[in-house]
Amino acid sequence: MKKILSFLALAALSATAASAQMLINGAGSTFAAPLYQKWFSEYAKVDPSVRFNYQAIGSGGGKKQITSETVDFGGTDGPMSDAELAAAPRTLWHIPTAAGAVVVSYNLPGDPALKLDGPTLADIFLGKVTKWNDAEIAGQNAGVALPDMDIVVVHRSDGSGTTYIFSDYLSNVSPDWKAKVGTGTAVQWPAGLGGKGNAGVAGQIKQSTGAVGYIELAYAKENHLPFADLKNAAGNYITPTTDSVVAALAGATIPDDFRFSMVNAPGDKAYPIAGATWMLVYQQQKDHDKGEKMVQFLKWAYTNGQKLGAAMDYAPLPDAVQTRVLDRIGQIKY
Amino acid sequence: MASVAEDAPSPALRAHRGHLPDYSFRALAILAAGTIVALIVLVGAVLYSGSRLSIHKFGWHFLVSSRWDPVTEIFGALPYIYGTFMSSMIALVIAVPLGVATALFLTEMAPTRIRQPVVTVIEMLASVPSVIFGLWGIFVMIPWLRDHLFQWLRAGFGWLPLFSGPIYGVSMLAAGIVVAIMILPIITSVSREILRSVPNLQREAAYALGATHWEVIRIAVLGYARRGIFGAAILGLGRALGETMAVTMVIGNNPEISRSLFAPGYTLASVVASEFNEASSPMHLSALMEVGLVLLGTTILVNVAAQVLLRTLTGSGNRKIA
Repeated sequence: MKKILSFLALAALSATAASAQMLINGAGSTFAAPLYQKWFSEYAKVDPSVRFNYQAIGSGGGKKQITSETVDFGGTDGPMSDAELAAAPRTLWHIPTAAGAVVVSYNLPGDPALKLDGPTLADIFLGKVTKWNDAEIAGQNAGVALPDMDIVVVHRSDGSGTTYIFSDYLSNVSPDWKAKVGTGTAVQWPAGLGGKGNAGVAGQIKQSTGAVGYIELAYAKENHLPFADLKNAAGNYITPTTDSVVAALAGATIPDDFRFSMVNAPGDKAYPIAGATWMLVYQQQKDHDKGEKMVQFLKWAYTNGQKLGAAMDYAPLPDAVQTRVLDRIGQIKY
Repeated sequence: MASVAEDAPSPALRAHRGHLPDYSFRALAILAAGTIVALIVLVGAVLYSGSRLSIHKFGWHFLVSSRWDPVTEIFGALPYIYGTFMSSMIALVIAVPLGVATALFLTEMAPTRIRQPVVTVIEMLASVPSVIFGLWGIFVMIPWLRDHLFQWLRAGFGWLPLFSGPIYGVSMLAAGIVVAIMILPIITSVSREILRSVPNLQREAAYALGATHWEVIRIAVLGYARRGIFGAAILGLGRALGETMAVTMVIGNNPEISRSLFAPGYTLASVVASEFNEASSPMHLSALMEVGLVLLGTTILVNVAAQVLLRTLTGSGNRKIA
């Protein structure tokens, strides 16, 4: 009896050991979460021996977790500062994976199509422009009947990469904003209501007539919210689409460490409020097998994965950048 | 029976005599009580050590400054303290009269047959998760408040600074209402227990003196139960102070102190729930820990103050009839 039991136990153990997949953990940006989940499910068909687990806890959480090495890779929409990188135990690299647009959505009767430029947007969010029919807005929207309604500003109450990109843009186009508020994943908003997450802001905009707020392009489309055409650095009013983000990427200067800002990018067709999202990985991987699998996945993501993103409103990286990133991935040691 | 009571030695004596079950039960009970006290002390200690950075930099300014700026890393928690205080007060003002009235109805006036079903329904309210209240608040309550109740209040009382300013829907008043709904079950059930414990002799004596039904309730029942109902209100206040998810979904999340109840606000618990996940700089984290410490301190202070108030107002033992 004992022999049978021990044999069964051994068989069960070895069965679990044989079917045990390698688990690679990641955490961070909510913006990139849908894209990564798609990549992981497609990659499972390519290599079933490895499984990825990603928790969308926000960019700040992603940076924290990779610094304390509780996860194997982090996801962030705001690049880490020099101070943050210095706090990591080893060299930490930024691998850009995709880019997206932050759009300005609003709720006005009749859903008019609006055009806005950077300084006007900054004045709205600073609380200086308080009515929809203000001269600054009306001046850019000839022919649109703007109501004499209060502007209800909606922003994020939680820290977020979307806020980082948006405040980065406003700091670039408005010296007033830069002095008073600045750039960050969480800032001291001069005016407005706070919503939790992209979903919270979208919900708040939908419910309040006269509201204006910033959300990711995907959320605006999902909630059928109108969004404004914004004036870019070249002086053209651009509608946010994946193509306009690709145009912005093409114009951005990307340094060797891949930390860059692409707001207010040069280029005729570039959309001004766009940002990239990065995966944070250590140059020297701790675990040989995990490191090997991770590098294989990253290489796949850069060759096959980029197409999948385009269908989900994520802009793929330009070819020149992809080559440089692949080089960098090849330098990851395990 | 009486002789057994007189002969039985004290538990300590019996333990000393080596009565093992008594001894071990005593030890277990002391361990349980000690664990709870130790837990509270531990939570306070962890919060304190986590907020040392912020305490060192801001000192008392943290409690009186209104500036919360994660970019320049200057933090002040006054709007959150105000928000927690205001939303809890509004909730109490709504929930205590409602809860006590419901309890009175259930103990004094309701036909026996409907008492248990009503009690069951009220207890079910207590089992609804906080997030569900938040969702219901966003999709059902806020639109109704914005389009109806707040408009009526402004039409009738707009001259008061309390009801001035633009109406967004999400507001301090909305948060107060949601929290009132959430603390209603606990106030009602505790009040009901208190009212049930009023001896019938009190009521009969009042009737004998010629009191009407309302006078009996006011003098004999409520007078006797005053202390217990105060305790029920404190229990409700304790829950109201800590309510997080439902409040953060309906309060508007704007750290401003405003006279108007229609204006959005922010509470201590909400700011921690909103910002803790993404906060990565040590100072920001430390400031949030200090917010948690302030919340813990406020809760303890409120409970202590309530105990002191009880003792001075009503004295120990039974009270005098008003």
